Amino acid sequence: MQRSFWQRLSIINTYLWAFRLSVLLVVVWGSLGTFQAGCRSALTICDFKSKYAPNVWLDLLVFGLSQGSVYALIALGYTMVYGILRMINFAHGDVFMAGAYTAFYLAAAFGRSGFLNRSPLISLAAVLALAMITATAIALILERVAYRPLRRAPRLVPLISAIGASFFLEYAFRGFFGSGFQAYPEWQIFTGEWVIAGIGILRTQAVVIVASVLLMAALYTFVMRTKTGTAMRAVSEDLEVASLMGIDVDRVIVITFGIGGAAAGAAGVLYALVFKQVHFFMGFFPGIKAFTAAVLGGIGNIPGAMIGGLFLGIFESVGPILFLEGLRVPGIYPTGIPAPYQLKDVIAFTMLVMVLIFRPSGILGERLATKKA
Amino acid sequence: MRTDRGSWGKVISGGLIFGGAAAFVSLAGMVEALGVREIVIGVIDLGRLLLLLIGLGAGYQAARRGIGGALTALARGLLAGAAAGVGLSALLVLASVVNLRGMFINASPTLLEIISFGRGTAGVPLVIAAGAVAGALGAVATLLPGAVRGPLGAGVTVTIVVGLFQELLQIILQEGGIRSAIRQFIFVPEGLPPRGALGVFLVVLVVSAVWRSRQPVVRGWILKRPPPQQRLVRLLGLLLAVAVALLLPLAGGLFISQVLVLVGLYTLMGLGLNLEVGFAGLLDLGFVAFFAIGAYTVGLLTSTGQYGIAHWSFWAAMPVALVVSLIAGFLFGLPILRIRGDYLAIATLGFGEIIRLLALSEALRPWFGGSQGVLFVPKPIIGGFEFSGPAQIYYITLASSVLIAFVAARLRDSRLGRAWMAMREDEDVAEAMGINLVNVKLLAYGIGGAFAGMGGAIFAVLLGSIFPHSFSLLISINVLALIIVGGMGSLPGVVVGSLFLVGLPELLREFSDFRFLVYGAALIIMMQVKPEGLWPAAMVRRELHKEEPVGVVAEEPAAVERVEA
Amino acid sequence: MGILTSHQLTKRFGGLIALSQLDLDVAERSIHSIIGPNGAGKTTYFNCVTGFYRAEEGRTFFNGQAIDTLTPDRITHLGTARTYQNIRLFANMTCLENILVGMHPHLKSSWVGAILGTPRTRQDEEQAHTEALRLLQFVGLRGKGDFLARNLPYGEQRRLEIARALASRPKLLLLDEPTAGMNPRESLDTMAFIRRLRDELGITILLIEHNMRVVMGISEIVTVLDFGEKIAEGPPEQIRSDPRVIEAYLGTRRVAGVGA
Repeated sequence: MQRSFWQRLSIINTYLWAFRLSVLLVVVWGSLGTFQAGCRSALTICDFKSKYAPNVWLDLLVFGLSQGSVYALIALGYTMVYGILRMINFAHGDVFMAGAYTAFYLAAAFGRSGFLNRSPLISLAAVLALAMITATAIALILERVAYRPLRRAPRLVPLISAIGASFFLEYAFRGFFGSGFQAYPEWQIFTGEWVIAGIGILRTQAVVIVASVLLMAALYTFVMRTKTGTAMRAVSEDLEVASLMGIDVDRVIVITFGIGGAAAGAAGVLYALVFKQVHFFMGFFPGIKAFTAAVLGGIGNIPGAMIGGLFLGIFESVGPILFLEGLRVPGIYPTGIPAPYQLKDVIAFTMLVMVLIFRPSGILGERLATKKA
Repeated sequence: MRTDRGSWGKVISGGLIFGGAAAFVSLAGMVEALGVREIVIGVIDLGRLLLLLIGLGAGYQAARRGIGGALTALARGLLAGAAAGVGLSALLVLASVVNLRGMFINASPTLLEIISFGRGTAGVPLVIAAGAVAGALGAVATLLPGAVRGPLGAGVTVTIVVGLFQELLQIILQEGGIRSAIRQFIFVPEGLPPRGALGVFLVVLVVSAVWRSRQPVVRGWILKRPPPQQRLVRLLGLLLAVAVALLLPLAGGLFISQVLVLVGLYTLMGLGLNLEVGFAGLLDLGFVAFFAIGAYTVGLLTSTGQYGIAHWSFWAAMPVALVVSLIAGFLFGLPILRIRGDYLAIATLGFGEIIRLLALSEALRPWFGGSQGVLFVPKPIIGGFEFSGPAQIYYITLASSVLIAFVAARLRDSRLGRAWMAMREDEDVAEAMGINLVNVKLLAYGIGGAFAGMGGAIFAVLLGSIFPHSFSLLISINVLALIIVGGMGSLPGVVVGSLFLVGLPELLREFSDFRFLVYGAALIIMMQVKPEGLWPAAMVRRELHKEEPVGVVAEEPAAVERVEA
Repeated sequence: MGILTSHQLTKRFGGLIALSQLDLDVAERSIHSIIGPNGAGKTTYFNCVTGFYRAEEGRTFFNGQAIDTLTPDRITHLGTARTYQNIRLFANMTCLENILVGMHPHLKSSWVGAILGTPRTRQDEEQAHTEALRLLQFVGLRGKGDFLARNLPYGEQRRLEIARALASRPKLLLLDEPTAGMNPRESLDTMAFIRRLRDELGITILLIEHNMRVVMGISEIVTVLDFGEKIAEGPPEQIRSDPRVIEAYLGTRRVAGVGA
């Protein structure tokens, strides 16, 4: 086959452009359709209870923000570990699950004794603390057992070990605690809505957003202001040089895993607050999505992970309605895509794939993915 | 005898880790669930065997690591085993103080009874003593010369396997004069009695000892033959394997056929993924998508139900399924050509999930049946013979696996195969050698996908219906695990891997709950201990056990040094 | 015009200019060296010629055909081959397989042919094997065909890399520091070997080298780069005494070893 660079490139590029354009078309056409439907109902009925009224969008937005802040917290662990070891910690989502699941037993005990609602803030803090401690411990064991011995191995090897660790954790928890869903106890003061400036916001979601913003701020300060944080950044810039400068790389790696684990553990409890249940497999999809968030924001980049998480959360919550509900295809979907919410994961994964293909450096990151050997 | 504290401390902490592992498998439910399966009637069941093996392991590793004479080794093994016993006893004590069951669903009275030999907390000294004995036995194993340890190990292993699969063996040995005589000699209807176990053990011991002394002679004899005769020996071995593969479902009945079909399907997928990961170095976590595409193609083309579009026969639909999954491989590969390394794993995972979610979705239900799936996929028929069940479909699977393995072997040794491996080793240099990365990568995705599509096609007629739930990510992980355990890039490894990771858990049904737990542990351990797999590709084996240390990159002397004479 | 010609080639990395308006002409069947201090842009030039980097400005022609827009594999098909400064063999493949990969451009067998085992494919493979064994012998690695490349000693790895490059039957061979890490004796052998390549096989050699003894001993033309610019070009005797070259290397001091 004697084709020149430009000819061959154009075949791939045409394909990629077609991919890009079709996604764009779905987004634009779907959004237009949705807005049109929204306007019509607003004009004729002028009823704010309609399916596309502003407060509906606001609800979706807040839900997306709370979901996204959980993703962001998990994504921090991915991004920090990747920054330092250039390795995808595939089991990170299960660290998140482990934190949530273990803390569930404390929350349930509090619930039985009534402590949960007697002093809700203290009990929430205790549950969060336990989740963070467990998750940190598991992250550290993971690092010690599954990753550290492989630090010099070819890149595929630690990834496979991580996949193994992920399954091990999931099914260990399944063995310990059973395969069913466990209902997380509810804090009474977090049920219902708070009305802020005339807008009702679900309390749990507000708590989740506030708690994760606080945690992220604390973590960001730690990384940017403390000596250990500086060492972490140095190691992620260049591991070899940092170790020559007298930084104890092993210690930095352990701390990185620890902090990532703690953030994931806290995220686990917050996630359980919203969805009110835990399950041994609950970490898998949030884990993948948090990784998407980390890639979206530019892997290795801490603010990027936060922004990526929030962005993904909002996209996932608003997207199905905005892009798909109103996506009318004559002859096939005269009234838009049925059950669009089923496809929210498709939206998330499409975003993941598109980011990896078109902008592996993410929104804020450097080009790590295509870095040549 | 010189002893240093650190070393003995390490023995104890190592033993405690093993004790922790024993407590872990107990709490995870393995001991109790596996306890249902008796290995030797009235002597030991699989759950207790697991605990015993952990004790042996504690002693073995403690004795092997130490320096000093036989007595020291024995003492280390004893101590480590006792420490493991202490670790497990902690669970007993804990269970008597708090209600563990509120949290750990498996901390049942039955479990505690198994662990404590039915004595509750009073059994603690017994547990520690048992641990010590097991540890000492483990230590003894390190002291025995290979000529003794080999046959002994073989005897024990075979006895365990016979006990484990007694049901199956009894079915196979059901009829016929000699067969039923063997069965009556070894088994009782309930399983393997101590008498039979001893018999099996002794026979294997003797055979193994004899083989051990004769093996070099036999091997030498074979190696001295001229190449055509050597090839004949290899061919005979292959024919024997094929004969066994052909006869197994006839002897083993429906259940074994089902298991074998599954093994065959996973072998097909494993061969495909092996081509992508093992040969070309392209990690693919969305591999199940091709399996799904093959299944849906056959389903839609042949189904007599509401979603069927053509009512073709299986034989007409299968080649189409192959071509469709080949093309799907190209289309799937095109956008991700420039993604490298572990990003590729995540991108492919995303693709695989997108395919599954779309097949599941309400939106595409008019074509793919949504979560209800495609029903009424007819069985293949050849000239009036209907491949009606697993026992018949097994032969389709076997034939395809043999064919595909042959194709994979041909490709491996071809120009394309070398190009794949070069790309796996160093993408940039491969391109500089004149290899068109685009073509080569797309072919890897396409051909690998076609192999899996073939598996999917058979899967569709096996079940007679297709549900999107069958195509979860776990399948991709399963396939990846099996090619890693078997040995990446190795064709026999794929078969070995699917026998171990698919066949074994299916045969031990009690075990299936713990399948992924064991997979996980196996992957972690394999990566550290035996990254080349159980049956490594000859090349990889050499690579991972390098005989001579080599510096590939030479130190570059400073330029000035060379300029100044 | 020579076999390889570059006009006004410029390559930038961000703000850094690695090659600046470089003109270079390599005559057919010549041994042409590029020298210069570390970071002068020598390897960058190789990467541009072989298509691994794309130059921002300027053009490069091989045998009169523009190659600056082609992918590396296409350029190799036209008849170039290269080795690397830090040896880059396919470490986990055998020596024979390494060479067979090198033959990739001129083997014809397709994958369908390989699956079917067509007579043509078999013939192709057999010829390739014979030629690969001959090449192994040519570089003095006879009998080591089944060794893994990574298990060869350093000097043999260098020679295997050259054999792999030769396997594509190049008209132009780009050698990136072929004598790096060798002792004087080995360097002399390599020099003789390079000369044989030109004399016996008629291959044009473009060479990056730090070892002045080698450069001055075998080159017909030497091009000196400094900070991406060509500062001198000519036969070795002329380069030896060029003040700009001496300055680029050692400030104002004399180039020892050059005068020796």
